[in-house]
Amino acid sequence: MVAYLLFALTLGGIYGLLALSLNLIWGGAGMVNLGLAGFFAVGAYASAIVTGAGAPVPVGLAAALLAGVAAGLVVTFSTLRLRDDYLAIVTLGFAEVVRLVALNERWLTNGSDGISGVPAPFKAALGIAGFNLFYLALVSGIVLVVWALLRRLDGSPFGRALKAIREDQELAGFAGKPVLRFKLQAFAVSAAVAGLAGALYGHYQTYISPDHFQPLITIYIFLAVSAGGVGRPSGALIGAYGVVFFLEATRFVAEVVPALQPVQVAALREMLVGAALILVFYLRPQGVLPERIPPAPRMS
Amino acid sequence: MSTALSVSGVERSFYGVRVLQGVDLTIKAGTLTGLIGPNGAGKSTLFNVISGLYRADCGSILLAGQEIGGFAKERRVAHGLVRTFQLARGFPKLSVFQHLMLYGQGQPGEGLLAALIGTGGERETELAERALSVARRLRLDHLLDNPVTALSGGQKKLLEIGRALMAAPRLLLLDEPMAGVNPALTEEIAAHLTALNREGITICLIEHDMGLIRRLCDPIIVMAEGRTLTEGSFSAVAADTRVQEAYLGRRH
Repeated sequence: MVAYLLFALTLGGIYGLLALSLNLIWGGAGMVNLGLAGFFAVGAYASAIVTGAGAPVPVGLAAALLAGVAAGLVVTFSTLRLRDDYLAIVTLGFAEVVRLVALNERWLTNGSDGISGVPAPFKAALGIAGFNLFYLALVSGIVLVVWALLRRLDGSPFGRALKAIREDQELAGFAGKPVLRFKLQAFAVSAAVAGLAGALYGHYQTYISPDHFQPLITIYIFLAVSAGGVGRPSGALIGAYGVVFFLEATRFVAEVVPALQPVQVAALREMLVGAALILVFYLRPQGVLPERIPPAPRMS
Repeated sequence: MSTALSVSGVERSFYGVRVLQGVDLTIKAGTLTGLIGPNGAGKSTLFNVISGLYRADCGSILLAGQEIGGFAKERRVAHGLVRTFQLARGFPKLSVFQHLMLYGQGQPGEGLLAALIGTGGERETELAERALSVARRLRLDHLLDNPVTALSGGQKKLLEIGRALMAAPRLLLLDEPMAGVNPALTEEIAAHLTALNREGITICLIEHDMGLIRRLCDPIIVMAEGRTLTEGSFSAVAADTRVQEAYLGRRH
């Protein structure tokens, strides 16, 4: 049970990074990125390939960050003139392209067999129980740092300009803000965080395949950010942990509800997720921790 | 007197309709210039071209002697050209204070790295002080933490002027700053504009209320059918038969 809890917390942290990533680009700049799973995959594969070639894990994590930034810049440059639904469609397509490349470029990604034996740092030395604890600490530490940085970004003049762009990008231009520069930087940072999450996921699972990066992940993260509070890093984080715990908790309904086939249990879980979502939005339409307006400083 | 803005030969067409057919005008530094003309004369389009919403098809736009026709709108703002809109616009979820702060130019904290490290606080404090004094001046200081959606129409107009001031403008383009505002507030806004102009800000405003134009503006530029028709003091312009024809139509 303890091992299971550690697993849920670690997964919660990885989802938390994805939620922070989405919150920056969607909550901050108003860009609907339905390709989150794609950036997640890019990071996972980048780190798996680099460490597979013999590099140490920290280098793998750095490679994941850089691959995320590169993918983010490619996507932003190719979608410069797109907004809202159209941006969502293209980013969704991007994630599928990443998945299909991973599926078909066997020389690089080993195709549908996936990459196994992704190095799990210190696993041999720590043993399985020790590793699980260590990895939870590592992921949680990274989540804490990223959260603190993004929170600072959110409250900075940069974050203020980003929110202005989210509300009305033309007017932000008339306020003297170089809209394109802000969008590129925000997207690059967001993609880097998603890539980092992917690398952490790969080294934790020690096995990645294209099946791990289905669009459903993106949807869960959108759920997490919406329920937690769009536009506020703390809200996104709480939403992510909440979604993971709720998803895991629904596993136990099979034990409570008698005489269900496995397929029916799976369907029931989906129904519970839907019901919980409706409940959250009924009770807290702005999410658990909604966006705040920072008060003006008091001066004499 | 030096020239704040000089527009010459500016043309702009939309879907084959020539909305601006070669506009020539000069705004002298330090003036409160009125831009008038019948509906469809091209006044707002001219503002849009000068402020960079649209590019001119041809012609030149000089701001304090520098060609800005090829600049993106944010670069024009950085050079001191700030505009407001006929229908007050805002960022719905940002507060009054955030609106004011946003318009401050040259903010180091808007750089990604500086924001992550947390530098740029000095400029932020400096701007905050200015924002508070601008808010006090426009009597918006009790509304600083309100989202802009909670403001009345008149307060939104005041905020438009306030945030434009935060950008430390050389030239302020105001598109009907008193439209849809009650008479008392109209007087208040008029007093603000006169005072700001006295403090050295060059202002060009579009307005349909001739009483206001007569009281506030000198000189007055008249546009009709995508061209500048004439320019001068209110009495000179009002006496011009071409202006009367443009507003009332030709006598048959």
